[in-house]
Amino acid sequence: MNPFQNIVRDGLWTNNVGLVQLLGLCPLLAVTATFINGLGLGLATLITLVASNVTVSMIRKLVRPEVRIPLFVLVIASIVTIIELSMSAWFYELYKVLGIFIPLIVTNCSIIGRAEAFASKNTVGRSFLDGFSMGLGFLLVLVALGTLREIIGQGTLFSQAHLMFGEAARSMTIHFVDSYNGFLLAVLPPGAFIGLGLLIAMKNLVDRRRETRAKLIPAPADQAAQATN
Amino acid sequence: MLYRPVFISAIFLLMFAVIGSGLVAYTFDSTEERIAENQRRALLNSLNELVPSDRYDNNIFSDILMVSEPELLGTDEPVPVYRARKGGWPVAAVLSPVAPDGYNGNIRLLVAVNLDGTLAGVRVVQHRETPGLGDGIEARRSDWILGFDGKSLSNTATKEWQVKRDGGGFDQFTGATITPRAVVKTVHKALVYFRTHRQSMFEQSPEETAADK
Repeated sequence: MNPFQNIVRDGLWTNNVGLVQLLGLCPLLAVTATFINGLGLGLATLITLVASNVTVSMIRKLVRPEVRIPLFVLVIASIVTIIELSMSAWFYELYKVLGIFIPLIVTNCSIIGRAEAFASKNTVGRSFLDGFSMGLGFLLVLVALGTLREIIGQGTLFSQAHLMFGEAARSMTIHFVDSYNGFLLAVLPPGAFIGLGLLIAMKNLVDRRRETRAKLIPAPADQAAQATN
Repeated sequence: MLYRPVFISAIFLLMFAVIGSGLVAYTFDSTEERIAENQRRALLNSLNELVPSDRYDNNIFSDILMVSEPELLGTDEPVPVYRARKGGWPVAAVLSPVAPDGYNGNIRLLVAVNLDGTLAGVRVVQHRETPGLGDGIEARRSDWILGFDGKSLSNTATKEWQVKRDGGGFDQFTGATITPRAVVKTVHKALVYFRTHRQSMFEQSPEETAADK
């Protein structure tokens, strides 16, 4: 596998921000009551990650190690503020729904984590790919959790899509059951914890299945090794 | 010589602080107008839901009175009263009271009162009530808030201005009594405020209130 594939795989699965690193849980759990909220915050985080990774990677040779952390924070804070302002200019309704969690992206550990662990040591191209994969991995978890909680909690999907896609999307909402009473637990914070727990369990289950299968069918390299023995 | 690296680092940090602030300032500058316009439109939308735009012909945004009445409007801060007039005649006033006793902090309301003292409508502007329980006060979640339309101090007795559990005339929600109780109480107080201040409310022009300060 070439290094680029590795980076993508790491971000989306092996080292997923939400499911494996368990970073940025505060916004993850707080805003994922609906699909659209999850998508909105996911996109904002994705853009921040890509922009901060690219910037940090570009200046990585100029920065003295003693001041790198304050510098990264400065870069990330500037980027997030710019995104916040742009969102309230172009997606005002969505911005109002996501509220405090947009400025709080600054404190999302995964962003400074990637800046420190990856972007400060790698080329701009790789850092871009890493930021994009990590961000996409986080976005997918947000969207999965949002979908799960919205369907169980409200019996709908894509409700309030107009916040993101304009008035035409108002009719996108899918109602699964007529006059659904709602399942409050899924909407409230405990539902977010349970939902995330289920997602992590599912990921681990898939990983284990894969492992057992890999054991049952030994790789060709192993056979070669056994033959020489 | 020892201080040299420190000095260089400091300069470097400063440089980036300047570049960062510069970019933020530029974005702020180029989005400022749009954001203000968004806020204005959002407010106008909620005002027009209460007082339809064909009922007034004045500029409802600049015809504002800032009033402060902690007892009846629920907050120490001055809150705006939007005044709707047609042909110079008062039509309705939209008060912005705060219910300080929600289940989870303040509930900000818009209460539109017609000149004759009947409610043109009530909307929740901001709240942090429990999703799925207390958020039934939002117009997009349930019709409960529309129940205020047409009510007034004269057609609804004082003891009716309570939720049913307290012996009044307004429904509570299953599992949430505190939230509707707070809203009903605040709307009632706003009506009392309107009754006592109706005369002066429409007489004062915005300039006068500015001069008062």
